[in-house]
Amino acid sequence: MRRRIEKLIFFFCLLAVWQVIYKMKIWSPFLFPSPFEVFDALRLGFGDRTFLIGVGISMRRIAIGYGISIVLGLALGLLIAMNDFLENTIGSLVLSLQSLPSICWLPLALLWFGLSEAAILFVVVMGSLLAVTINTESGVRNVPKIYMLAGRNLGANGARLFLHVLLPASLPYLISGLKQGWAFAWRSLIAGEMIYGSLGLGFLLMMGRDLNDMSQVLAVMGLIMFLGYVVDRVFFVNVERHIRSRWGFAPTS
Amino acid sequence: MSEPNDISRMTSAAFELPQFAELRQPKLRVSGVSRKFATPNGTSVIALEHISLEVRPGEFLCIVGPSGCGKSTLLSLMAGLDTPTSGEIFLDGQRVDGPGTGLSVIFQELGLFPWLTVLQNVEFGLKMKGMERAERRKRAMEFLRLVHLSSFESSYIHQLSGGMKQRVALARSLATQPDVLFMDEPFAALDAQTRDLMHEELERVWKETGQTIVFVTHNVREAVRLGDRVMLLTFRPGRVKTVFPVILERPRHLEDADLAHTAREVLAQLKEEINKAVEEEYSHAAKD
Ligand SMILES: Nc1ncnc2c1ncn2[C@@H]1O[C@H](COP(=O)(O)OP(=O)(O)OP(=O)(O)O)[C@@H](O)[C@H]1O
Ligand SMILES: [Mg+2]
Repeated sequence: MRRRIEKLIFFFCLLAVWQVIYKMKIWSPFLFPSPFEVFDALRLGFGDRTFLIGVGISMRRIAIGYGISIVLGLALGLLIAMNDFLENTIGSLVLSLQSLPSICWLPLALLWFGLSEAAILFVVVMGSLLAVTINTESGVRNVPKIYMLAGRNLGANGARLFLHVLLPASLPYLISGLKQGWAFAWRSLIAGEMIYGSLGLGFLLMMGRDLNDMSQVLAVMGLIMFLGYVVDRVFFVNVERHIRSRWGFAPTS
Repeated sequence: MSEPNDISRMTSAAFELPQFAELRQPKLRVSGVSRKFATPNGTSVIALEHISLEVRPGEFLCIVGPSGCGKSTLLSLMAGLDTPTSGEIFLDGQRVDGPGTGLSVIFQELGLFPWLTVLQNVEFGLKMKGMERAERRKRAMEFLRLVHLSSFESSYIHQLSGGMKQRVALARSLATQPDVLFMDEPFAALDAQTRDLMHEELERVWKETGQTIVFVTHNVREAVRLGDRVMLLTFRPGRVKTVFPVILERPRHLEDADLAHTAREVLAQLKEEINKAVEEEYSHAAKD
């Protein structure tokens, strides 16, 4: 409760300082709008539904792209973890690709898929797939041998061993992977949408620039921040905390 | 409620005199088993050499020996988790060639599943057998009652004390009603008081279920406290040195004079092996 109040006061002060600087008229109001103007831009954006549509479209894209990443990443991570040959080959490929900023995939995607929805999805998938894969792999590898031994000893093997032992035992790591994957997916999506994207939040951001409307730029930035924060901090952190307390170990990351 | 539960059925089965042929047939027979391990420098270590032993139905057999003599290796072999370099192992006259639910192991680390409740842990083996939900729930509850943990059915593993975890592991293994239950130094990590309690608990559960148990420990008094027989292994290569029958009345207590007397006998022979082990360590160290 105290921490929450601290946080509230901090953000309030931040807005106040912003307003004061605005009042001092150091920069032109076009370049440095007041918090009220940004708030107005938000209200307007939601009023004429452009922001609502933008959020909806971005959310749809991330749901598809991130969904594909989860399915592929879990499968790929598992395969790599269970096969030494794949670990040595595909595993190193994944690790080296991971060092590539995901937006680097956009030119390639545009050439392959043209100016299309598929190009954006491709960038989102490439951005988050690798993180999910790598975390899945290390999660599965880190499952204490004793669980597998015990599971096998109690009569689980093959698919049932996988479903009832390996998967739940590696869940804490899988969640970290999904969380990281989400962060990458979100960043990749917005970057992709800024360069090419019909509607979507990244597009609204660039539109603000084209209209020379700093209030809209800041409003959309705030919106992107807020959505990313909600999923990351509120959803994943709580899921992680729940799993960690259930599994009985203290939070590490 | 006239329906007999599984536990009472198992207890009464222990009193029904089987055929004489069956009486002579051991539950588990280890015949001339050796196990070598390859070492990184190309030579091989003979962990076990020519081990032969028999475990009788319903027997509590303890295996002791100095550290590194091959107790865990022998247990893995008997449980079908490892294959011998030579020799054979038979369960009820059938050759053991892999892990089976008839051979259940409780490892020192237990391997209880933290993502499941206590009850779900005990149910696990039954679920893997394909037993239907209501029935396995009932059976699991019976075994939780047997280890006095029924009020903790919906707790998670990390919420339990060390001794309680031991009892969950015991219930989880017993619930599958294995032919032989193997335990590898299960109580080594417990404090003395909890260990005493676990000895009582295990002895009682063993009596109530008639479960055949093979119990590995390096603690001689523990072995004499629990076992019908105590088997002492030699140090490298691991061979059967002596088998001590323990003919003491049950329930036993660690402080009993008779128990201490038997333990001293076993300990005297174990000391010889430990000395051998220490000498070998020193000669290795001198070479290096
Ligand atoms: N997988 C393995 N590879 C190589 N050597 C092994 C392996 N497992 C066991 N050994 C060797 O076999 C011997 C017996 O080991 P084992 O673990 O069975 O001993 P133990 O009697 O259980 O010892 P402790 O009381 O310390 O648990 C040891 O010398 C060990 O180094
Ligand atoms: Mg051992």
